[in-house]
Amino acid sequence: MSAATTNQTAEEKLDSVQNRRARITGIVLILLALLVLFVLDVAPGEVATFKLTGPRDAIKVPNLVVPGAFNLVAAALLAFLGMRQFLRGGGRWSSLSIGIGLALVVLAFLVWATAGKSFSLTGMLQATMVRAVPIALGGLAGVLSERVAVINIAIEGMLLAGAFTGALIGSLLGGWIGLAAAVLVGGMFGMILAALVVTFRMDQIIAGVVINLFVLGVTSYVTSQVFAEHRYLNNAQVFRAWKIPFLSDIPVIGPMLFNQNLFVYGALVLVAVATYYLFHTKGGLRARAVGEHPRAADTLGIDVYWTRYLHVTLAGMVAGFGGAWFTLGFVGRFDENMTNGRGFIGLAAMIFGRWHPVGALAAALVFGFADSLQQKLALLNTPIPSEFLAMAPYIATIIVVAGLIGKARPPAADGQPYVKE
Amino acid sequence: MDVELRGITKRFGPVTANDNVNLTIRGGEVLGLLGENGAGKSTMMNILSGLYSPDAGEILIDGKPVVFEGPGDGIEAGIGMVHQHFMLVPVFTVAENVVLGVEPTGNLGYLDIKKARHDVEEISTKYGLRVPADELIENLPVGIQQRVEILKVLFREADVLILDEPTAVLTPQEVEEFFGIVRSLKEAGKAIVFITHKLHEILEISDRISVLRQGRITGEGDPKTLDEEKLAEMMVGRHVSFTVEKAPAKPGKPMLELSNLVMLDDNDDFVLDHVTFTVPSGEVVGIAGVQGNGQTELVEAITGLARIASGKIIFDGTDITHASVRERHRMGMAHIPEDRHRSGMIAKFTIAENMVLNSYYDEEYARGLSIDWKHVAETAAVFCVDFDVRTPSVFLPAGNLSGGNQQKMVVARELERETKLVVASQPTRGLDVGSIEYIHKRLIESRDEGDGVLIVSSELDEIMGLSDRILVMFEGRIVGEFDNTGGKADRNAVGLAMAGASEGAAA
Amino acid sequence: MSTSIGKRELNDAARDLLTRTQRGRADFEDLVVVPIFAVIAALILGALIMLATGVDLATIGKSFVALAVGSVGSLNAISETLTAAIPLVLAGLGLGLGFRAGLFNIGAEGQLLMGGTAAAIFAFSFPGLPFPLLMLLSLVAGAVVGAFYASIAGILKATTGAHEVISTIMLNLTSYQILNYLLRQPYIQKEGRADPISKSVPDAGQLPLLLDWVDPNLRLHAGLFLMLIAVAFVWWLLFRSKAGFAFRASGANPDAARYAGMKSGFVIVSAMATAGALAGLAGAAQVQGVLERASPGFSAGIGFDAIALALLGRSHPVGILFAGLLFGGLEAGGRQMQVDAGVSIDLIGIIQALIIVFIAAPLLVRAIFPWGFRKDAKGGSA
Repeated sequence: MSAATTNQTAEEKLDSVQNRRARITGIVLILLALLVLFVLDVAPGEVATFKLTGPRDAIKVPNLVVPGAFNLVAAALLAFLGMRQFLRGGGRWSSLSIGIGLALVVLAFLVWATAGKSFSLTGMLQATMVRAVPIALGGLAGVLSERVAVINIAIEGMLLAGAFTGALIGSLLGGWIGLAAAVLVGGMFGMILAALVVTFRMDQIIAGVVINLFVLGVTSYVTSQVFAEHRYLNNAQVFRAWKIPFLSDIPVIGPMLFNQNLFVYGALVLVAVATYYLFHTKGGLRARAVGEHPRAADTLGIDVYWTRYLHVTLAGMVAGFGGAWFTLGFVGRFDENMTNGRGFIGLAAMIFGRWHPVGALAAALVFGFADSLQQKLALLNTPIPSEFLAMAPYIATIIVVAGLIGKARPPAADGQPYVKE
Repeated sequence: MDVELRGITKRFGPVTANDNVNLTIRGGEVLGLLGENGAGKSTMMNILSGLYSPDAGEILIDGKPVVFEGPGDGIEAGIGMVHQHFMLVPVFTVAENVVLGVEPTGNLGYLDIKKARHDVEEISTKYGLRVPADELIENLPVGIQQRVEILKVLFREADVLILDEPTAVLTPQEVEEFFGIVRSLKEAGKAIVFITHKLHEILEISDRISVLRQGRITGEGDPKTLDEEKLAEMMVGRHVSFTVEKAPAKPGKPMLELSNLVMLDDNDDFVLDHVTFTVPSGEVVGIAGVQGNGQTELVEAITGLARIASGKIIFDGTDITHASVRERHRMGMAHIPEDRHRSGMIAKFTIAENMVLNSYYDEEYARGLSIDWKHVAETAAVFCVDFDVRTPSVFLPAGNLSGGNQQKMVVARELERETKLVVASQPTRGLDVGSIEYIHKRLIESRDEGDGVLIVSSELDEIMGLSDRILVMFEGRIVGEFDNTGGKADRNAVGLAMAGASEGAAA
Repeated sequence: MSTSIGKRELNDAARDLLTRTQRGRADFEDLVVVPIFAVIAALILGALIMLATGVDLATIGKSFVALAVGSVGSLNAISETLTAAIPLVLAGLGLGLGFRAGLFNIGAEGQLLMGGTAAAIFAFSFPGLPFPLLMLLSLVAGAVVGAFYASIAGILKATTGAHEVISTIMLNLTSYQILNYLLRQPYIQKEGRADPISKSVPDAGQLPLLLDWVDPNLRLHAGLFLMLIAVAFVWWLLFRSKAGFAFRASGANPDAARYAGMKSGFVIVSAMATAGALAGLAGAAQVQGVLERASPGFSAGIGFDAIALALLGRSHPVGILFAGLLFGGLEAGGRQMQVDAGVSIDLIGIIQALIIVFIAAPLLVRAIFPWGFRKDAKGGSA
């Protein structure tokens, strides 16, 4: 036998992974095109009016009037992108096509829902930002702990603990001390999670589930046992919005970014700081090394256990801050299980955002958008049940985790306990 | 810099890994450290690099005793280790990996990646170890990754370099190049400890040799006055012959025929590139090659574990291209997996359960939907006796067995039935010499009973010793075929083929 | 050719290998001592939490008495304990089976909701069917829908590798919304109600009460037998059947299982579906035996408590049965505690969470009760 004749003939019908992925993306896009064409169809004569400024705004911008034909254009574009993916495939184009495609669908949806009516885009974006805060902070907490390879299911519990502490201490000692206490208690649960999984080598998922159950139990117990009788313990001042002069007068993005309370600014700053820290500092490099290859880090004298304790505690503090949003940043009082799964959505935002702080923020904004849209839908009188919109983020997360669209890669050692030799 | 180990003892539970070991390492010298798998070489070097702390004994650097409390301390003292399994972060760049732990920083902990890149380029020029500083590790071939490992140690200004089985992933030609690097480091005054179980390598590169057996130093000497036979005796404690006793092969009808097997990876690159060959009954065919050239995927394709993109597999006259793992197994294909811990056995399960891991559904053991565990246990006991698996009971977890006994258990499971083809991947990796000899004997017995035998091993010695015919794999292709009847294949030519040099040529 | 097996004789050397080793003290500690200490430690911490929230010692004493009386102190207490244990054990068996197969199914809550709702819908859709038939078919409907809902996560994992923890969490959250939506549909919603609640299960679809001949208020229902049958079935499935061997092998070492020719996709989907069927049965039993209808959040966290149960029972059917009785007792006793001592039943949730902490981190229990264990025992084997 002579050595195999090896010509990489491109004509061969090979079952290739990338082609398959591109085909799936293509089919999804074409289905979306059909959805826009047949479900979100707008009578050609109708227009959708988006208000960009409110009556009291300093700078006035004319309303944005979109003709119904926009949806036909959107459907055509989606179909084009879909066909392109299906026939040609192509690595980097996949994610981009999907991104453009989803944006088109959301716009088409808005035009459809608003057709023949008018709708305040500014108010909606402002609400989006507000609702994105706990999700973004939850996601950031997830990024910080998973980058050092500790899976953090306990974000939900940490948010709840932050919300509870914020309300209790905020009622007794004022908002700032309440906030500080919420951050500390969040950090404490981070440290407990680290202790359970690093020192006591408990399964990371069990540890997270347990912390969630424990926090839910304690906060519910105190709420019914103590708060029910002593209402003054659960009545905190809410942080007011700080209007930043001039910047907040910019149409559309001004109210969204520069007329918000402490929690919105805090979340944006934390995302920026975390990004700088993780990718441009010594500490960040070491933390990521611990998440990718803990034994390599260990052989170089980096203390794996200490690094994990530190970052999971920091994650808890971030989540505690995010939790305080529910009480000190929004309603001023604590209710049983008031986080209602936001921590899990934060986890989803982290996966969507590919374990990057900015990505997690972007994903949180998308989820926040869906959340505020759900509130607004009732106003617009659309025939879509609000439950379906509420489900959308969860289903989108499942699709991303399944890798049907794009492929996210978690830190290599994620979820694995490290045992020193 | 000179380092001395005095009376080092280290125990893991009941096992004494190092027993009163004395060793001296001198600057400008290569110390060869020889020992079987499990002799305690790695433990000793982990003590020296500060990863483990010894239960007794002391380490002296230039005559002064030192105490290491963590891996950082060894590096601090100028002792650097190049691990057998690379300690590199695959998604970091070369520069990031080299500076990790001793990063050049600016204000606010800012990581000065420009300086890091510059430093790495400087040191790589100094020692003539060229690497692409901005490339991700996962995109580099293993040979370059090894250079990065060495640079990491040099960057920390180590004077003592411990190289743990550094040649395991290299072709014979790359080994020569690697020895050049070792010699130039020696000339730069570094002290080098070269750990291996390969006799000819240690004779070639060392200035001094120490032999370790069962945790003790059993011999020391000058490579000029020693030969392979003496070293082997020191290493194993008795006379060993490294040649496998076997009669000439009597090849019969084709048992396994592969034609134009193609497999692709996630990026649509070829992992198997039109592989075609035949394994006849009564012959041992060995696949030589450096790890990661498609051997694992080849075995997965043959045994049905991985899908192929195109090509055809015929087993004893039947087309099995689309047959499942279980169907192939039932037809008489035995598979000894390359990593018994990961894929060959279940450590938590009992020996009895492990013995029927791939045949529990068979009429022999199953009663309707249930399994007849009494019969399973009895059969397992018979197998254990037959294959010399030493255990007090078949109801013990397989994880309790020693490595050699675990592998014998796996081999027993695979060979104790009607077989036609044996696919053995790295069948003796990490085993002691006694177990190696035993498993080699059983594989030759299978051949003599008329089975086709396919051996895949990255140990060229094993391939040369066992095979009647040798095929060489390089980058997913079969690049050479050698007749090895009576061991006549040219070792050097096989080595060249492993490096892809003699593509298309056949001896 | 290599020799075949059947003819080989069992000689003395081989017979020697058939001696069973005694279960070591380490196993005993792991299976019995750790759980007992975990429960004790959790109860003590529960008392401390009561103290911290201003409950006086006398009331704490009273609440522990109430806990005991309310769980085993009377026929009614025992009936309540068993009633509470039924859905817990059913769902816990499913989760334990999943753990054995290496699947971390957090989704029992959602599977239970979907299963229970399906059982309710089926039951009121066919009011004409006679008694045992409608009851049995409704249970089957619950199991099938639960299995289907769990299979979504299973199929995704098997085909794309999507981690089941994330997908089951998302499926839980989705199930709440699906339930909210369904319960408002005219066909399902109870006539004349504005809030989301389903029509009632007709009498023929209900699990009959077992002790109503003693006292019509005793709620124990025929789901008890369902629970016991499920325990026996899961035991057989895991430790005696061919499929169970593949489940356990895949859970202990998925690579080795794949190399041995077990189909990981089959194992994942079928283990997930079985777990979902059991959770669906739990929901159906709750709807057909206790609640009579589906309403939002009727699962009351049973699906999450079942995770604790499966851990406490070491994923062993018999262990899960005992753990379920314990948790059922805590649940029933907790209600008594709330009435007698005025301590919120939410305390029980805290105690349950603490029990799992101690179970899942045996090192922690050993650190707290060093005298309960052998000196040289190192580490846990959870």
